[in-house]
Amino acid sequence: MQSKSRQDIIVWLIVLALTAVAVVLNDDLGVLFKYPDHLVLPLIEPMNQGMRWFVLAFGWFFKAIGWVFDWPILFAKTILHAVPWFATLILATFVAYRAGGTGLAVFCAASILYMVSFGFWPQSMNSFALVVISIPLAVAVGFALGTWGYLSARAYRVIMPTLDLMQTIPAFAYLIPILLLFGFGTTVGLVASVLFAFPPMVRNTIVGLRSVTPTVIDSGLMSGATPSQLFWNVRVPTARRQLLLGVNQSTMASLSMVIIASIIGGTNDIGWEVLSTIRKALFGESILAGIVIALMAMILDRVTNGFAMRGTPTDERTKQSGRRAWIICGVAFVAAILVAQLIPLLSAWPKAWVLNPAPAMNAALEWTFLEFREGLEKIKQIAFFFVMLPIKLGLKQAVSPYTWGFAMTPMVIAIYAVLVLIPVALLAFKRRIMQAIWLALLGLVLFGGLTGTAWVALCAIVIVLGWQAGGRGLAIWIAAGLGFILASGIWNPATVSVYLCGVAVLVCFAIGGAIGIWASENDKVSTVVRPIIDTLQTMPLFVILIPFVMVFKIGEFTALLSICAFAIVPAIRYTEHGLRNLPHDVVEAATAIGCTRNQLLFQVKLPLAVPSIMLGLNQTIMFAISMLVITALVGTDDLGQQIYIGLGDGDFGVGMIAGVGMAIIAMIADRITQNISRNMQAKLGLRQENLA
Amino acid sequence: MSSSKTGSSAKLSCRNLWKLYGPNAASHLSDASRLPQNGGDAAELAQNIRDQGGIVAAADVNFDLMEGEIFVIMGLSGSGKSTVVRCLSRLVEPTSGEILLDGQDLLKASPKELIDFRRYKMGMVFQSFGLLPHLNVFENVAFPLKLQGMELQERSARAERVIELVGLEGRESSYPSQLSGGQQQRVGIARSLAVEPEVWFLDEPFSALDPLIRRQMQDEFLRLQQDLHKSIVFITHDFLESLRVADRMAIMKDGAVVQIGRPVDLILKPADDYVREFTNDVPWELILTAGDIASDNAPPDGIKEVPADTKVADLLPYLAEHHGGVAVRADDGSKNHMTGQDLISALASGVAKSAT
Ligand SMILES: Nc1ncnc2c1ncn2[C@@H]1O[C@H](COP(=O)(O)OP(=O)(O)OP(=O)(O)O)[C@@H](O)[C@H]1O
Ligand SMILES: [Mg+2]
Repeated sequence: MQSKSRQDIIVWLIVLALTAVAVVLNDDLGVLFKYPDHLVLPLIEPMNQGMRWFVLAFGWFFKAIGWVFDWPILFAKTILHAVPWFATLILATFVAYRAGGTGLAVFCAASILYMVSFGFWPQSMNSFALVVISIPLAVAVGFALGTWGYLSARAYRVIMPTLDLMQTIPAFAYLIPILLLFGFGTTVGLVASVLFAFPPMVRNTIVGLRSVTPTVIDSGLMSGATPSQLFWNVRVPTARRQLLLGVNQSTMASLSMVIIASIIGGTNDIGWEVLSTIRKALFGESILAGIVIALMAMILDRVTNGFAMRGTPTDERTKQSGRRAWIICGVAFVAAILVAQLIPLLSAWPKAWVLNPAPAMNAALEWTFLEFREGLEKIKQIAFFFVMLPIKLGLKQAVSPYTWGFAMTPMVIAIYAVLVLIPVALLAFKRRIMQAIWLALLGLVLFGGLTGTAWVALCAIVIVLGWQAGGRGLAIWIAAGLGFILASGIWNPATVSVYLCGVAVLVCFAIGGAIGIWASENDKVSTVVRPIIDTLQTMPLFVILIPFVMVFKIGEFTALLSICAFAIVPAIRYTEHGLRNLPHDVVEAATAIGCTRNQLLFQVKLPLAVPSIMLGLNQTIMFAISMLVITALVGTDDLGQQIYIGLGDGDFGVGMIAGVGMAIIAMIADRITQNISRNMQAKLGLRQENLA
Repeated sequence: MSSSKTGSSAKLSCRNLWKLYGPNAASHLSDASRLPQNGGDAAELAQNIRDQGGIVAAADVNFDLMEGEIFVIMGLSGSGKSTVVRCLSRLVEPTSGEILLDGQDLLKASPKELIDFRRYKMGMVFQSFGLLPHLNVFENVAFPLKLQGMELQERSARAERVIELVGLEGRESSYPSQLSGGQQQRVGIARSLAVEPEVWFLDEPFSALDPLIRRQMQDEFLRLQQDLHKSIVFITHDFLESLRVADRMAIMKDGAVVQIGRPVDLILKPADDYVREFTNDVPWELILTAGDIASDNAPPDGIKEVPADTKVADLLPYLAEHHGGVAVRADDGSKNHMTGQDLISALASGVAKSAT
């Protein structure tokens, strides 16, 4: 133990020295500072050529599949458009009622009225048609793969890492090969949405089938079940709830991807409505359309979740009355269709009646901006000059008379050095060598900036961190990943990605952690916070962009705020969960000893909740990365932007390399934080549990 | 108790049954010459396997289940009771041995035959009920019939009949989660009876219930058996329970059967201290009958005559006063002599510690 920690210190000291040299020498380091262009592997052209060849050779195959898929989509669209909105409203409201009672029914009816009266009905139905077709496909594929993974240990070992990989590849990156293979059209949205939506179903299927108790299986066997009867009549119904939760998660993923896929355009769906209006800076319109997506997401979530959570019917009578209710609903549906023939208003909302407050909203927004412009600009500037720029470019470049009011003279540098060295010395004096080293490193990196520090130093830090968290294997793995990022020439945008993500995670972690602690101590806060984060989590990512881009226009600050709005969800959730689910006896014992509330919180609960909070950090990073890619829409210059460009130009090589780079960053962050969390858990002797 | 009429032919026979767990379990038994039926010693072999890191859950188990008999398997937790009964129904695959049902080896049955055996000949009741949570009482009970593909009408009639048999009429549309433990086990019993099985396995059916309910369920179980005459293997770790229900019983220890016999045999002639541990606390005066105690001698004339099934407890006051004893009249009319001295000797052999 002793020698291990000495070894750690030595290694970290070497890293510290290396970083110090790198920061001092700066670009004198030459190729060690900036990875030389001539060493970048020419990957892009071969990849594009390969893809071109593949499309030439097998394009017909995918085109054929696309052609086959076009039919059900067309079919669904035709039906959804042909059925009068009033009849759809009746049916949807009834389904919502069965799933979640009167409240949900009213919410659903009101939402549909909103879609109709604001003139979004056709676009909504175009999006919904894709969702409707993709869900059964995703569920079927997910269920089949899940069953296979459940039955065969070997399949399980292949399926799980593949799913992990699939779920770290950014959503946009999915679209590129699909677009190239299937060509423009609605099929792209469908295929992407199925690919994106089936993994959660696989996981839930495996968990569900595994959780069926052995006695239930035995009793099925003793009832004389054949293997297929055992599966369909015993296992599947017993795992019903978990399977339906899988359907819920698949549905949300499907909707999210359908919206994202509208970025390729030409679909006249609701996602496109939002995108095109954002691009034209018509924020009133994009808010109105964004609300439609939010409503759809909430309804789909509550309905599928409601069916999953609803127990099996408790007695024969409710079962029968349920059957009767469905019949009544069917009759009402048909009646509504007939009535709508007589009253045209009920099938096609008159153009003249479409509510369009968008111009008024735009005017109001305009006015508000003019009024508050200075305040908003100030906020943006402060955040930019004092937080974002230093982390991105380093203090050495961020500090200038224009930004901070003074220049980075040697004198100022000396003062900074002293300010960092004093606490470092203090820590060292208290024999907390490790913390001292880390603080010094932090001071150095902050001075050099993420994009302005030599790649050797940054790589060394990450690799050693990985080595400490997960041993040699992880370190080698990380080194290989970083090697790919360097050699493929995406180091610079990658550091921008890390910087945006890093700032967002810091902010989320500070604010989200505080909210989580507050919510864990105060039930009222918890009941307010829960529905908000639940809703945020189900929101398709585009929607989150709208309010921020509206207020702060495009740019990194807007990107940062959007990322924070989404990534704060797990920070809050896991902190609260960790604090609320501590071993009872420990908390009771501490109370009995006479801890005050604060002592209990800071000296007992928080230390014990650290592993759960670390898992929250892990999820915060993952959420941040998935949002980061979407923020390419508001103008960042990171990997997400490269993927977006690749998508726009149909440039497979550029997009895929950036996509893989992003996945590598995600996986490195994931493995390191998970390992740290696990180590801590083991140290505290707590059981590992997973909230996700 | 030993009231039902048991046939004399074996319904189900368990021969040289072994069940081993752990890596390459089967290889331990590959040397046929070490098997007991070929002259090897079972205990030695089992110990040998354990020394090599194998788990011996059943070691050379042999017994016959007679037609219409309640055969109880008893033993401490982990002694292999469940393993044996699960081997009998082939829920676990025995490592070696023979299971003969009506003379046919179950272990040689094809998967399809096995399913038919389970559908038409066997029923099983589980300690933790094993009800299907998504089906109501009626559907749970009718479930095996549905799997057989029986017509709805016949299925309903049969299910209704067994539901009535276990006293659950009126609760047909309740779901398992709405029932008490005792009621859930009634459903389990009804389900296993619905197929009208010939052999009936019950693995600690009442262990999850509280004592009062357990007693009541035992009574009902005996009442059922009086009408049904199934051949039953009943597992329990509660000696009093086995006394109440058993015609014969086997005591298991570490996977092996230590002793088989009628309950009184175990009380009066325990094979070893392990068995004696179980019988020690038994209220013998309530169990033993005059017939169990009586000597082989013919009684002298003129003394009091009692039927063979008189409880010893009822005779104690009389024996205390009359040193000449009583004449015990067996079912067939023959008579034997029994004195206080006979009683004491019988008890001594059962109670005495290893000193004897
Ligand atoms: N699947 C298995 N893998 C390994 N060992 C097992 C397995 N099933 C049972 N065993 C072992 O076999 C032995 C007998 O188990 P069994 O369940 O038959 O005991 P039991 O007498 O029914 O006990 P209880 O009264 O607790 O139900 C135990 O030592 C157990 O650990
Ligand atoms: Mg058992």
